[in-house]
Amino acid sequence: MDYTALYITLKLAMITTAILVVLAAPVAYFFAYHKFPGKPLVEALLYLPIALPPTVIGFYMVMVMGPKGFLGSFWNSLTGASLLFTFTGITIAAILYSLPFAIQPMKATFQKLDHRLLENAAVLGLSPISAFFRVVIPNSTSGIIAAAILVFLHSIGAFGVLLMVGGSIPGVTKVASIAIYEAVEMMDYRTAGLMALSFIPVSYLFLLLVNKLNEDS
Amino acid sequence: MTLSLSIKKKLAFFDLDISFSCSSDNIFVLIGPSGGGKTTTIRMLAGLEQPDSGTIAFGDETWFDSSRRINLKPQKRHLGYVFQDYSLFPNLNIYENAAFAAVDHNEVNDLLELFGISHLRDRKPFMVSGGERQRCAICQALARRPRLLLLDEPFSALDVASRRDLREELKSLKGNLSLPIVYVTHDINEALYLADEILPIVDGEEDRDWMRRTITGAASRKEPLKAARGQRLALAL
Repeated sequence: MDYTALYITLKLAMITTAILVVLAAPVAYFFAYHKFPGKPLVEALLYLPIALPPTVIGFYMVMVMGPKGFLGSFWNSLTGASLLFTFTGITIAAILYSLPFAIQPMKATFQKLDHRLLENAAVLGLSPISAFFRVVIPNSTSGIIAAAILVFLHSIGAFGVLLMVGGSIPGVTKVASIAIYEAVEMMDYRTAGLMALSFIPVSYLFLLLVNKLNEDS
Repeated sequence: MTLSLSIKKKLAFFDLDISFSCSSDNIFVLIGPSGGGKTTTIRMLAGLEQPDSGTIAFGDETWFDSSRRINLKPQKRHLGYVFQDYSLFPNLNIYENAAFAAVDHNEVNDLLELFGISHLRDRKPFMVSGGERQRCAICQALARRPRLLLLDEPFSALDVASRRDLREELKSLKGNLSLPIVYVTHDINEALYLADEILPIVDGEEDRDWMRRTITGAASRKEPLKAARGQRLALAL
């Protein structure tokens, strides 16, 4: 059993989830309540990671994060190091890969919120930003937690994108899904089986929780 | 301070065309059948909807002026608005709701006491009755020290006894508040009990004769409302 790979998976999923919830909440709020020309085009662009094969996303991430890509060269000038084959690199890839899974459920949650609460907040003097923090977020907690769980589950399952961007460096970018694949390649079914088994209760329990949260809201 | 407005807005079934003014210490009642434009008028006063043309002024402050392209945001109008129902924040308890936009938090306890709901301060809105929720909504609006109070059928969802009690409390409170109150209702008894001035609105326009016709039973039988006709047409299509 490759505990290091499990640890990397867990670390990656937790960091991705934390960053995505913070990042996606204002975007989802904006899309839930604002109309602007070209909105469907922008939204579809953000949801592309759902529709694209992970290796295609991975390919473009490699282009962007490589030494000649704008993100890669920017990172290099900042830190002197490469983004590819690093934990930071796979975190960025995982964030992009799971972005739609954070935005979509949160947007749906915000849209379900009774519009009169926002009107009342406005009449009571709250700016849209204060209303977001004092009214929207506290009354959407179950939807936000459900979105976070979906992102977490989606991140622990990432494979193609991470392999393209991070390779398989033990202790750095080798996540459990890659470790399982490599174990099977080496016909080490015992290790692969144990690691695969460790996913089932976690995923099952989280899905039960998501369903419960969706029912409650 | 005096509120005065003269506004026009094109609605689905008729054009809203209303003018009135209301001074401090007065309860100005907008009355009329449902779908006649009362709520739209009060929403335009709050800044939640925009008239097509006209002016809304409070004292020497202009809130809306279509010719000068002025439209003050709801946040800047400093008013209290009590909605029909469901306007309390479900995640906060009664005290936190009342104190939501309070200027002075010490006042909140006095308001809860005055409206007889201080014993419910730790309850969430869904744990109290409709009447208690509306009392809290009034406390929430007043704790902000508004310059103008808008009440949109605030007691219509309540049982007869709570409605009567709240009506009486509001009337006795009026003198202490010294602000203009605009009150929307379709209940003639309520209007006659509370109002210093009454403006009947039918199909978006002032209709001074509506109350007489309603009391004598002459209304509605012969003259279906434009909004109601529209709905029937929509059903037929």
